[in-house]
Amino acid sequence: MRRIWALSMSLKPSFSLDGQTLAFLSGQTIMDAALAAGVYIPHLCHHPEFKPHGSCKLCTVKVNGRNVASCTMPAAEGMVVLNDTPELNEARRALTQMLFVEGNHFCPFCEKSGNCQLQALGYFLEMLSPHYNHFYPQREVDGSHPEVLLDRNRCIMCELCVRASQDVDGKNVFALGGRGVHTHLIVNAPSGKLGDTDLAVSDRAVQVCPVGAILKKRHGFEVPIGQRLYDHKTIKDVQTGDGHG
Amino acid sequence: MAEAKKVRIATCSLAGCFGCHMSFLDIDEKLFDLLAWVEFDRTPLTDIKHCGPCDVGLIEGGVCNAENVHVLKEFRKNCKVLVAVGACAVTGGIPAMRNSVELRACFDEVYHYGVGLKNGMIPNDPELPLPFDKVHPIYEVVKVDYCLPGCPPPASAIWQFLTDLLAGREPKLAYESLHYD
Ligand code: SF4
Ligand code: SF4
Ligand code: FES
Repeated sequence: MRRIWALSMSLKPSFSLDGQTLAFLSGQTIMDAALAAGVYIPHLCHHPEFKPHGSCKLCTVKVNGRNVASCTMPAAEGMVVLNDTPELNEARRALTQMLFVEGNHFCPFCEKSGNCQLQALGYFLEMLSPHYNHFYPQREVDGSHPEVLLDRNRCIMCELCVRASQDVDGKNVFALGGRGVHTHLIVNAPSGKLGDTDLAVSDRAVQVCPVGAILKKRHGFEVPIGQRLYDHKTIKDVQTGDGHG
Repeated sequence: MAEAKKVRIATCSLAGCFGCHMSFLDIDEKLFDLLAWVEFDRTPLTDIKHCGPCDVGLIEGGVCNAENVHVLKEFRKNCKVLVAVGACAVTGGIPAMRNSVELRACFDEVYHYGVGLKNGMIPNDPELPLPFDKVHPIYEVVKVDYCLPGCPPPASAIWQFLTDLLAGREPKLAYESLHYD
């Protein structure tokens, strides 16, 4: 009896993450298993409530020597995964810097500052400057909706609002259009304006934006700077703590 | 005993608001500790007009016109260590928000259509520095050794940074001192 139990224990699938053994359920990704175990892998386009998108590559880990996106890579028995290494964190910092220069991020001017996951990742990865030359792209701001502001200057094309609108709200308000550097967030209305869609301020799509691209109007600075989500806690502590943020 | 040679520091504000300088002054009585170690070259405090050979140059503000570039290059030439201080030096900051608007439209708004303006005129005195069509962080123009973000960086961050640097340590900010806003 004891031997069978021992056997079944050893058969429970597991992999190694930075030397720690993590058990997983079949179908879980590396990210799922890590989040379930309270281990932080930096991520931006991933949210545990939505199906993975795999676009930002912040969650890149090394599996058996190769770089893969942990939010889309299924966990497999015996995998050797590296996550918190100087090399990977440097690559993540470079990706974060590229996201900053690719948009127009003026944090001192942004309502999301202190609650923003992009910014919080910058802090976590000790990013002191955006390093690369800024694109300063022309992006459209859409203030047509009575209760929601869409500022594409800060959009990081994570598609979380697209997924939330389709999968949770049962609507189809957002989409990504264009390719490569021309990728941009589209509003599904003949006019292309948010005010001409059925988006409601209570929609999950409005809440899920990790940055300051989708904001509720007339709620600016309700929480003062200094009392915001990442003001005193790192994104690692927040996302492996009670809530995902 | 001969006094140890003091570290010579120069500071200036390019396209900035002097907020970073104000935050620097917010180290308050620690300024006296600092003065035991450092002496100032060109800064708004000494009113020296040109930067001579220095150990450290602290630059506030981004680059928005030709004069900014001249000053920045003079600092780079003379300072062993050049530091971008504050959001504008590091990202272009608030002045760079004009980058999405054509320069001509900016000038029209300010000098022709601004509230209370009549018979407006865009200044074109040859003494005025040539404005650039876009504002840039200083590291896009010269090599920068360190960046100290924040709008402004809190006094605690400036103090931490300077004391690390003066002690020959790699500057490291505490989590709550690292801010982009
Ligand atoms: S969205 Fe985030 S990173 Fe961008 S300006 Fe706002 S606070 Fe800064
Ligand atoms: S608006 Fe926000 S949620 Fe939607 S794609 Fe852009 S960053 Fe992501
Ligand atoms: S979090 Fe995995 S690719 Fe974005």
